Amino acid sequence: MSGRVIRIGAGAAWWGDRIEPARWNAERGDLDYLCFETMAEATVSAAQVRARRDPTFPGYDSYLDDRFAAVLPGCLARGTKIVTNQGWINPEGAADRVAYWLRELGARGRRIAAVGGSLLTDRVLELTDTVLEDGRPTSTLRDGLVSAEVYLGAEPIVAALHDGADVVITGRVADPSLFLAPMMYEFGWDPLDATLLGQGSGIGHLMECGAQVTGGYFADPGVKDVPEPWNLSFPIAEVEPDGTAVLTKLDGTGGVVDLRTVKEQLLYEVHDPGNYLTPDVTVDFTTARLEQVGPDRVRVTGIGGKPRPATLKVSIACAEGFIGEDMFFYAGPGAVQRAQLAKRVLEERFRIVGLRAEEVRIDLLGVDAIHGPVSKPRCEPYEVAVRVAARTSSREEALKVGREVDGMAVSGIGMTGKRVPHQDRAREVIGVWSSLVARDAVTPTITFVES
Amino acid sequence: MRVILRHVAHVRSGDKGNTSNIAVIAYSPALYPVLKEQLTAARVKDFYAGVVHGPVDRYEVDGLHALNFVAQGALGGGVSRSLCLDNYGKSLSSALLAFELDVPDELVGELRGLDDADRGAAVSRPEGS
Repeated sequence: MSGRVIRIGAGAAWWGDRIEPARWNAERGDLDYLCFETMAEATVSAAQVRARRDPTFPGYDSYLDDRFAAVLPGCLARGTKIVTNQGWINPEGAADRVAYWLRELGARGRRIAAVGGSLLTDRVLELTDTVLEDGRPTSTLRDGLVSAEVYLGAEPIVAALHDGADVVITGRVADPSLFLAPMMYEFGWDPLDATLLGQGSGIGHLMECGAQVTGGYFADPGVKDVPEPWNLSFPIAEVEPDGTAVLTKLDGTGGVVDLRTVKEQLLYEVHDPGNYLTPDVTVDFTTARLEQVGPDRVRVTGIGGKPRPATLKVSIACAEGFIGEDMFFYAGPGAVQRAQLAKRVLEERFRIVGLRAEEVRIDLLGVDAIHGPVSKPRCEPYEVAVRVAARTSSREEALKVGREVDGMAVSGIGMTGKRVPHQDRAREVIGVWSSLVARDAVTPTITFVES
Repeated sequence: MRVILRHVAHVRSGDKGNTSNIAVIAYSPALYPVLKEQLTAARVKDFYAGVVHGPVDRYEVDGLHALNFVAQGALGGGVSRSLCLDNYGKSLSSALLAFELDVPDELVGELRGLDDADRGAAVSRPEGS
């Protein structure tokens, strides 16, 4: 090994992720960088919908306070910088909030960068041509348009670090870019060096889903056993100046880092492993070499890179109607027969009340609700849930699903188990589509606040 | 010896829009050729009939002893539109663990999760028979 090694830890893999493992990494990980990924495909559209209805919603990660309160003491003690996409639709507001938390802890004069410019809602129909999923013109999305955002790459984060940022908080950025940016900054990588960026982005891809590389989403008793699966930590990458990295985790935590967990995560959400598109580089995972170099230590080398795509990906969210949903239960001898009769009753009732739906699905949970026609039940289950869902154009139609399930209480089948309907049984569908936009149509913004 | 995939490989699925990828990773390098020969894209598409409505492509990653299947039209129109309880298809890969393979007898020692009775038997208990 030559040159300096930087230590990058993961702090979150999605909005709802656990907080404590981020604190452990901040306090015990001896980290140079702690990086948080908190956005799913639908995060921006959900935030836009919520912001319209709730003027008090600040537009950034609703767990921002919990996450920063948990990690800032450890990060300040070690001098760990933070890179995070918790800015959602308001990175500037999130930066102000982080400045507040820093002042609360007595840390004055720290620089927090907000990276914006990913929101394209007002311009998306001018800047894009076709919907990638089905080839129709993006102009057909005009009526239901909720939001659109472009996936920015690592470069604006690198620029913010060059300008002295202690914390970089972004809106939409490609997930691996959050982890690639510190490597580019620390090692002075040329943003057009596809070989270095391919390896670095590949490491970012392995880190972005947090515990999915340290034993989460993995255990299968008897074939893939995981120590203390209730006590998982988030990964740490020890990265060398050429991008070679050892993936590991904190001692004294549950989980495992081995060839199996790394291989599963390497291919997670990947289509063509030779051409994984990111805003920074086209990653080639087919040349990756993995080596177990110690307990819970896997060395990753040889991930390749090709020039980055000429265009950037845009996510376009559209209101597409509603889903109504509910369920009820049967148990004991004859449970499945009663559930099947209940299914027939619902089908007839939907016909009688004239439910207008694009699609209706009635599953027997315990028999075939998850894998549908591929299911291979081995024996009749003791208990079963009837779960019904319908997609409709209006909320009124969607609510008919729950109303017909209400009818199953006293007008249904014998021995029906039912919940009191206190939960919301209709939800809005926000469809997410993709398109491409020219790089020069997008201008990232970087603004600073000081604590 | 005829066994289900669960003893031969581990799997993970991920979602992008209405497309699911299913990575199938051999438990040992010696088992990888068995997967490559028997777990074809056409057989995987047939296996998921009624669930996967679009084409299935197979990518081979020999260095990792892994196959990556990319199934279009697999997620009920997409995560937000899907009426499936598992709308992300996170568990979609686990169905494939029931896929049956013929493993040469000399490789039986490479299999995972077989109990002693399975190991000594000429055939294991095939699924759905």
